[in-house]
Formats: sequence, C-alpha cells, structure tokens
Amino acid sequence: MWGRLVALIHKEFLALLRDKASRFVLVGPPLVQLLVFSYAATFDLSNIAFVVVNDDPGLAGRQLLARLTGAPVFNQVATLPSTAGIADFIDSGRALMAVHIERDFTQNLLVGRPGPVQIIIDGRNSNTATIALNYANNIVLDFEAEWAAAHGTPPTPATLVMRAWYNPDLLSRWFVVPGIVGLLTFVVTILVSGLSVVRERESGTYDQLLVSPYRPWEILLGKAIPGFVIGAAEAALITAAAVLWFRVPLTGNPLALALGLALFLVSAIGIGLMISALAATQQQGLLGAFLFLVPAIILSGFATPIANMPEAVQYLTLLNPMRYLMVILRGAFLEGDGIRQLANQYWPLAGLGLASMIIAAWLVRRRMY
Amino acid sequence: MNARRLGGLITKETLQILRDPSALGIAFILPLFLLLLFGFGVSLNAEHVPIGVVADHPDPTTDPLVAALRHSRYFEVRPLPGLKMARDLLSRREIDAILWLRNDFTRQTLVNAPASIGLIVNGTDANTANLVEGYVMQSWMIWLAQQNQVASHPLGLPVALQFRIWFNPALRSQDYLVPGLIAVIMTLIGALLTAMVVAREWERGTMEALMAAPVTMAEILAGKLLPYFVLGMGGMALSVALAVFVFAVPLHGSVLILALASALFMLVALGMGLLISSLARNQFVAGQIAIVVTFLPAFILSGFIFDIRSMPMAVQIITRILPARYFVSILQSVFLAGNVWSVILPDMAMLALMAVFFLGVTLARSHKRLD
Repeated sequence: MWGRLVALIHKEFLALLRDKASRFVLVGPPLVQLLVFSYAATFDLSNIAFVVVNDDPGLAGRQLLARLTGAPVFNQVATLPSTAGIADFIDSGRALMAVHIERDFTQNLLVGRPGPVQIIIDGRNSNTATIALNYANNIVLDFEAEWAAAHGTPPTPATLVMRAWYNPDLLSRWFVVPGIVGLLTFVVTILVSGLSVVRERESGTYDQLLVSPYRPWEILLGKAIPGFVIGAAEAALITAAAVLWFRVPLTGNPLALALGLALFLVSAIGIGLMISALAATQQQGLLGAFLFLVPAIILSGFATPIANMPEAVQYLTLLNPMRYLMVILRGAFLEGDGIRQLANQYWPLAGLGLASMIIAAWLVRRRMY
Repeated sequence: MNARRLGGLITKETLQILRDPSALGIAFILPLFLLLLFGFGVSLNAEHVPIGVVADHPDPTTDPLVAALRHSRYFEVRPLPGLKMARDLLSRREIDAILWLRNDFTRQTLVNAPASIGLIVNGTDANTANLVEGYVMQSWMIWLAQQNQVASHPLGLPVALQFRIWFNPALRSQDYLVPGLIAVIMTLIGALLTAMVVAREWERGTMEALMAAPVTMAEILAGKLLPYFVLGMGGMALSVALAVFVFAVPLHGSVLILALASALFMLVALGMGLLISSLARNQFVAGQIAIVVTFLPAFILSGFIFDIRSMPMAVQIITRILPARYFVSILQSVFLAGNVWSVILPDMAMLALMAVFFLGVTLARSHKRLD
C-alpha cells in the first residue's frame, strides 16, 4: 500500500515539476518577490522632501532650519520667497512638507514669547503624514531644548525618553521580512494545492484516478504531500534568505518556527484542496484561491495590525491560519520565543489544519461519486 | 476590422461569460466583498492601544499626565503596580507600551532639573511603535501646556508649532487606503478576467476552430477585450460608489476624469492579462504569472499602502513600470486633492502608453499559427 502511495506522490511531483514553465513559476517569482518586496515594504521615511519659506530675518529661524536640513530623513528641495508657492509643490507631490517660519520668530523668542512656526503636510497618505509630523515635532523639541539651555530659560519640566524592545532601531524591515516568509509560502502552497485536483478533472485524468484501486484518503494524501514538501522547501529557502541576506535576527528557537510553519502548511493545503474540490475549471480554482488569499493576507496582520480592525472583523481573523503564523514568525524571529511561549498559537493552527483536512477529504470524496 | 464578425465574436464571448457565473462574480461580487472587508478591516490608525502606566509615586504632578493619556482616544490605560509586572505583560503581548514615571519624578520637576518619562514600546511592529510614540508625545504636550498655566513663569517649549494637514486633516487612514484599494482590486479583476481566456482556448483546443474561422487575429483579440472591458468598468463604477457612499471618502475631483483614468487603466490591465494569456497557453502557468506580475506588485509596490518615496532608488525605478502605481496616484489625488493636473496628466500619459504597449505586443505576438 505504501508503495502505491509513493507512486502516486511521484506522479504528482512529475505533474508539477515536469514542465519548465511550471518549475520556474514555483521558484523564480517567490525569490524575486522576496527581494523586491523586502526592500519596498517599509513604513520608514528616509527622504522627506520639504520646502522652506523663511520670513524671519533672525538667527533662531536659521538655527531651526539647520536642524531640519541636517536631519538625515529630511531633504530640502527648495526655498520659496512666499507661502503662495507652497500649494504648487505639495499638490504635485514634489514636496511632502512645507515649513513656514513667520517674521517675528526670533524676536518673539528673545523676549520670551512663543515664536510662530507653521508646518504644512500633504495628508494624502495619512500614515506618511503622521510619521513625518512626528519627526518634525522631535526636531523642534530638540531645537527648543538647545534654545532653553543657551538662553537660560527654564527647560521643560520633563522629557520623554523612548526605548523599543525587540527592534531597538524600529526598522520596519525587521517587521515586514518575517511576514513575507509567511506570505510567499502561503501563496505558493495554496496555488499548488488549489489547482491540483481541478487540473486533473479538467484534463479528464481524474476519472482514471478514480477507477484505480486507490482509496479516497490515499488520493488526498497523494495530492497533499507534494504541496507540503514544496511549501516547506519554499519556507526554508525564504527563511534562510531573510536571515543571511536581510540580516533579520532569528533570536528564537528555529524548531519553534519550523513547527509553526509545518502546522500552518497543513491548514493551507487543506484549504487549497477544498478550493480545488469545489472548482469545476482551473479558472474557477484560481479565482477561489484568490478569493481566499487576498482577504486572508490583508486580515492577517501582515501589513496593518489586527488590533486596529473593528471587533467583528477581529473575531473573523480567528479563522485565518495566516494570523497565527504572523505571530509565530515575529515571535520566533524578533521576540526570542520558543515553543512554550508560542503554544497558544499552535493549538488553533492545529485545529484549523485538522478541520480543513477533514472538510477537504469529505469534499474530494463527494466529488468522486 | 469587420463590425459584423466582431459582433459575432463579442456575442460568443459574452455568452461564455454569462454561462460561467465566476466571471460575473469576479467583476461585481469580488469588488463588493473586498472593498467592504478591507474598507472596514484595514486601518493604520492605532486606537485603544493598551498601555501600562507605572507611577512609582502617584501624586498631584503625575496625575494630570496619566489623565491626559486617559483622555486620549488612542490609549487604553492600565495602571500597574510595578515595572516588573509591566515588563511581563509587555513580553506576553498583553500591552503594547509602558509609560514609567520614576519615584523621583515630582521632585525633579520641582527643582527644574528635567525628570525623564520612560516610554518602553514593543518595537516588533515598528510602524505602530512610531505612532504610539507620537500619540504619547501629544498627551505629554497637553500636560506641559497645563503645567505652563499652573507655573508662574513659562516652562520650556518656546516655539508655537502649528501643524496643518492638507487634503486629509483628520488623518483618516481609510481616506487614503480605500482609493488605493480600488486600484488593487481593479488590477486583480482586469488581469484575472483575461489572463486565462486565451490560454483556455489553447488548452481546450478551441483555438484551432477560431483560427479556421474567417476572422482576423485583431478581431479575435478585440472580441475578447470588449466584453471584459464593459464588465471591468461596471466593477469600477461599483467600487467608486462604495468608496463615496459607504466609506464617505470625499471625492474632490471630477467624475469624468476618474472615469477616463479608469478606462485607460482597465485597458492596461486587460492588455496585461491578454498578453500573459497568449504567451502562456496553459492556464496554470497563466494564472501563476498573473498573480505574480499583477496582484502582488499592485499590493506592495503601487504606493497603495507603502509609500513609494520611502523605497530604495532601485525599487522606485521598478515601480515606474507598474501601471497600478500611476492609477493609485491618480485615485489618491482625484479623491482627496481634486483635479491636480500636474499629477493627473503625466500619470494618464503613462497609462495610455502602457495600454498601447501591451495591446500592441499582444497583437504582434499572436499569429494564426498552431505551433
């Protein structure tokens, strides 16, 4: 019986890897995506273009500007004679921010009155705007502290000192790259298993499989194992690239990561087989895969935190295997977690895997008669 | 091109669409479902962030600071007895940040030696950590302003800093995510609808029948394109209506420009799908390529969620060949800023160029030959 199963699995691998184009789409695109997306998917601002309108003839205005231009994240693109030109720069996106220092800035500071400064930010991307606002705020605070020290005015009664655990420099790449390991593994696995049964049905070879002496669970296993092997290989490759190429620290237990990925693969394959069993054509299979993949990725916490979602949607994410994988990946990579700390992520994942496999088996079986 | 023959092909394609409900599903149910799900589900505005507050000696100086945090809609304040417990909760992910007021806090503020407020955040999600820092800073500045009123002499903060956020003053992340989302969904729909239609004819052997028919290749392609174009534009109209009426995203620009840009973009997306489809001749490969070259880049490289300006130069150059990038930029401007010609004209020109390119290459690569 095991020999029979091996033969079936062998056939599945041949069907997947036989032709050069199919082989390529399994390996090439994920690697290219890992590279491009890991560099692209960042919330860090590195090059905030800004324009300046300085109506203040005094020293303080220049000092404040020097602090802005000196900061590595800010990049001054123009100095404008008046505020009238600001709209042009911001509308067209040539500048994200405009700094306007009003005429009596230095004068006011010298006599102990508040010096007026205006900062205008392009809010079309609200996240970028919020972060730019924070950076600008910090620079102004630094300037104020320096001014207070130099001119003997009393300092602020308290200062804010921030420290970040697990990711001290707050690099969003450290957050995103582990997520991409999950994202790409997920996409490849769902596609491989999602099209497996329906491809045979469309080309008519499924009937041959049915009249063979294979039992339903053997056919299911034959379809599931190649997906698992390919998914696991893909995950290992991408994890290695994340650690060796992107230098994301793998501080936790690699075994904890492997266990999480294995459990995740089981549920992803179960879902893929479910889609495959329900679809009548490959187009439907691909659509089904999409219809599942897109919400599953967006509601996984990959790019936007689950905690920000409305409560009803948060409950919905409990059914999403990707959600647990994201916590496991980030826990194992950044937070130094081992198997024990991640146990409460493994259980739901195992449950989802079991449930999806059982439903897939039932659907594949039902499709046979 | 002969109108009657083209009409026949369009009828055939339309019948095929109507018989297989999955195509109608992609054009109408998918945008509805995705926009509702994401519009409500995706937000970058952190609210009710659980923050632990450890005040070693609570007293009248620290109370207003804690109250300022409590009044902020961004935080869910949990007073904690000690730092050890707070660290424990942070490592178990039960709170996202700790605000620590040391026992010498009040004394330091009284003698004008700045006391330090310790803020420890979970930095795993760097973006949320940055936002939390900004929110704490806001509360802290409110507290400083209060202290200024109480104190006889002005303290610190000599600069009267005033922020003005254009186009999205409340910084609602939905207002920028929903227009971008429309571009992602339309990419998905356009490319998915057509990626498989030519490959399917090859795989099923019906391509031979089509070639034997007295129609030109251009007519075959146009016959495939037009019905899906109508379908895609229907989905687009639905998405815009949802954005405006359900998500209350302001539409400052003109609807005409929006329609024109969408039509151009739809042609590009369908053209990409057709090209993939006629090159691959195999539905599995065509489907894979469609996902890899259209949907995922549209999600990550289009500026829909990650700002293109923050990407490394090499990646920024890659984004220039992505149609979704131009469409996202048009959508974000037309919705939030209005008819900004300096953004719209160059972007539309790029889309037109790409439409010509993809459709032209598809036509050039398609011959009435079986090998």
